[in-house]
Amino acid sequence: MKPGEKQTKQKKKMIRDWFFLGIAIVFVVILLSVFPTKTEAVTLTTQEYFIEMIIILPAVMIIMGLFAVFISNETVVKHLGKTSGIKGIAISILIGTLPTGPLYIAFPMAATLIKKGARVSNIIVFLSAWACIKIPQEMVEFQFLGAEFMFLRLILTIIFVIIMGISIEKIIGWSERRNKIEGKRGIEG
Amino acid sequence: MNATAIIINGIAIAGLLIAFIKDWKKAIQSLKMAGKSFIKILPMVFIIIITIALLLGFVPPDQISRFVGEQSGMGGVLIIGIVGALMHIPALLSFPLASSILENGASITAVAAFVTTLTMIGMITLPLEIKELGKKIALLRNGISFIIAIIIAFIMGIIL
Repeated sequence: MKPGEKQTKQKKKMIRDWFFLGIAIVFVVILLSVFPTKTEAVTLTTQEYFIEMIIILPAVMIIMGLFAVFISNETVVKHLGKTSGIKGIAISILIGTLPTGPLYIAFPMAATLIKKGARVSNIIVFLSAWACIKIPQEMVEFQFLGAEFMFLRLILTIIFVIIMGISIEKIIGWSERRNKIEGKRGIEG
Repeated sequence: MNATAIIINGIAIAGLLIAFIKDWKKAIQSLKMAGKSFIKILPMVFIIIITIALLLGFVPPDQISRFVGEQSGMGGVLIIGIVGALMHIPALLSFPLASSILENGASITAVAAFVTTLTMIGMITLPLEIKELGKKIALLRNGISFIIAIIIAFIMGIIL
């Protein structure tokens, strides 16, 4: 994707989001004028959640911005490409957790890694860690769902993501071997 | 202001200070990026807050718990897992939404399934994932993620 193209796409998305917000507000106003008794409850909840979010979101954005600028994609690719085994998986998780933007940024990085010969298990673990165990995300989860919930889900996620990475690597290796055998048969027959 | 908010803000300020000492140009670039992302996420924040407010204001807790509460069983967990997989909102914003339904009758299992599928699986970004990584890896990753999300959710429901 060219940078210009990306910018117009983002702008479109922004306009779309504000448009949806406008619709949502109109919808709420109509709904509350039909059910005026609900107004107090709705305003109270809005206020409560707005405050809870506004006291953490700017800080979360700053942390993400810092990591995105100070840790380049090249650094990530460099560290992930050469390690394997338990160390490889540990590094994949660690780098995946760095707060550096949405998942679709990680796809091209993962593609580069595959071309460079990194292991499939590392790439899967890296992508999944990137998707669901980012540090700022954990902080927000801590804030809204509590320590127990966040830590238990974190530990379980790490365990299962590693299992998933290894299984996908096995499945892909197995299907590639089978393809090779079938390919040979095809040539012979 | 609660402890979590103080810690997060503390980390951000400390990080900024270190960044400014190390390389002030890059630090300013980070701040600009943070400002842009904040503005970008803002309409979504309001939409989520409105959704929560309407959900809590108009849907009584016993309705929420009927669909995704303790007694809704496997069906409820699968449905909310699918909803999470299909929804395309920033993961950060899934937590307030999750906490609002948790406080109003949803089970731990359902909430865990929702946030886990929401963060791990991206149906909207799936075409891009297929394009970059190939059909096999992308489909396997998203498919198995759904299964492990449901497993994680049930384990959490049992423990918590």
